[in-house]
Amino acid sequence: MRAAFAVIAALALAFLALPVVAIFLRVSPATLVRELGDPVARDALVVSLRTSALAQLLVVVLGTPTAYLLATRRFRGRSMALTLVELPLVLPPAVAGIGLLAAFGRSGLLSTSLAFTQSAVVLAVAFVAAPFYVRTAVAAFEGVDAALVDAARTLGARPWRVFARIALPLAASGLGAGLALSFARGLGEFGATIMFAGSLQRVTQTLPLAIYAEFAQSFDVALAIGALLVAFSFTLLLAVKWLRSDWISPSRFAPSVSG
Amino acid sequence: MAALRLDLSVALRTFRLRLALEAERETVAIVGPSGAGKSTVLRAVAGLVKAAGTVEVNGRDWSSLAPERRSVGFVFQDYALFPHLSVRGNVAFGGPPGDVLERLGIEHLAHARPRELSGGERQRVALARALARRPEVLLLDEPLAALDPHTRDTVRVELRATLRELGLPTLVVTHDFVDAAALAERVGVLVDGRMVQMGRADELIASPATPFVARFAGGNVLHGRARRLGTLTSVELSDRTVVTSTDAAQGDVAAIVYPWEVTLARTPPTDSAQNHVRAVVSSVVPVANRVRVTVGTVTAEVTAESARRLQIKEGEVLVATWKATATRLVAL
Repeated sequence: MRAAFAVIAALALAFLALPVVAIFLRVSPATLVRELGDPVARDALVVSLRTSALAQLLVVVLGTPTAYLLATRRFRGRSMALTLVELPLVLPPAVAGIGLLAAFGRSGLLSTSLAFTQSAVVLAVAFVAAPFYVRTAVAAFEGVDAALVDAARTLGARPWRVFARIALPLAASGLGAGLALSFARGLGEFGATIMFAGSLQRVTQTLPLAIYAEFAQSFDVALAIGALLVAFSFTLLLAVKWLRSDWISPSRFAPSVSG
Repeated sequence: MAALRLDLSVALRTFRLRLALEAERETVAIVGPSGAGKSTVLRAVAGLVKAAGTVEVNGRDWSSLAPERRSVGFVFQDYALFPHLSVRGNVAFGGPPGDVLERLGIEHLAHARPRELSGGERQRVALARALARRPEVLLLDEPLAALDPHTRDTVRVELRATLRELGLPTLVVTHDFVDAAALAERVGVLVDGRMVQMGRADELIASPATPFVARFAGGNVLHGRARRLGTLTSVELSDRTVVTSTDAAQGDVAAIVYPWEVTLARTPPTDSAQNHVRAVVSSVVPVANRVRVTVGTVTAEVTAESARRLQIKEGEVLVATWKATATRLVAL
């Protein structure tokens, strides 16, 4: 049985690794680097970095207080709110895109002129990526020892100071892991973006949209962008692993048992 | 006007904690079994749990104040030191440290992190942090429980001296009668949310209000039926043994005898003591320079020297002896 399982596991791992390996084997590293100099690739990189940075800023600024509230207060509708936070995780990206259009489009619920602008990319990315940050942040804040919060309060700290001096620093690595996950998800965002923001070079065409736009014209450029995204994703995954181990393992903060 | 006046009522899971207590500039220990509501008393004073009733400190009513507005120095059970701050950072969190690091002998640890400290050092840091707040009331939750036995003895002595010197109204929660007796001027025994007895430790030992208090104070509690026999009372225990007491009682009683009042011998001695129990030694446990020996239902405490001389071993038959005057009776 063990041998059979080992074979199946090897096949599964190979299946997962093959597409990524294929990107790097198809053309030489030198070609990959050269093709990244292509204007389409360069513009897409700039758009992706700009919109990702703004979207993640939005996620952190709005998501951190939300997560703290959800982690530390018990109120009516809390589980409802937690479910709402996770909704974008299960929503098909195309549905997210059409929903954003229906809400923020010119003839939408709020009738704004955001659709098909770079702000639309920011909103789409923030919408699909936020749950990854908020969920992890709630868990990180919940992991802060309640006795430390009590101690801070008996030492005269008002709720704001408890948040800033105790909860935030102790949850920091968990928040970092959540941000890395959210960043990775946001960088790959495709469906919601193409529907709500379109795919206009230099304005709304992000790296994944550029892959889609290029693969019929220049497969090598598409591959080069793909390789770049793999590198980003892998780095972020390593960051998450590192931050998580730091955050979960008790080694950093737990008291030693020596007398 | 008492420095600290409490009249609390807090709903706990299976019972309601009701406690009225006044303390001057003194240390009051609250002892009792786990789950009796001891820690809740401290949390209610600090404002960390909602409590009906009054918390009055130096004439001011604290009942409606948030925890951060109450002037308490709280030493938590596992010390709850902030792991991401240095010792100085921890102490300075509640107020300027002043000379408190020097006073508690931890100035050399100022830059260390809590995880680098020993248990005894952590205890001092927690106390220093509580004191830097310049509190009007000091609350200590099991301040010695996290320490190993050796450190515990040292820290107990230090803590006692510090508390005397501070002269703050102080509540200490502990499940250990020895700690309570060492640290506090008065000891209150809390069982299921009620204070069953409050007094000096020696008063609790001399006249325990309930068998629980006696057992807590370390006494042997033997159940039986009392009958007056002239000026003495004879108590027939459930195993038919009869013990004699100078206390007056009738009917169901708990007969209480403390281990340090029991002597051990190989044969029943011919002396003035009235009570002899002949039984098999079921356990021999050394405690510091003494040995606790359980003979049948009675535990005796003898010096290690006597234990060696008598060559006490488990499984042997010995006679435990104590005087009628050392047998306290509590009616049930």
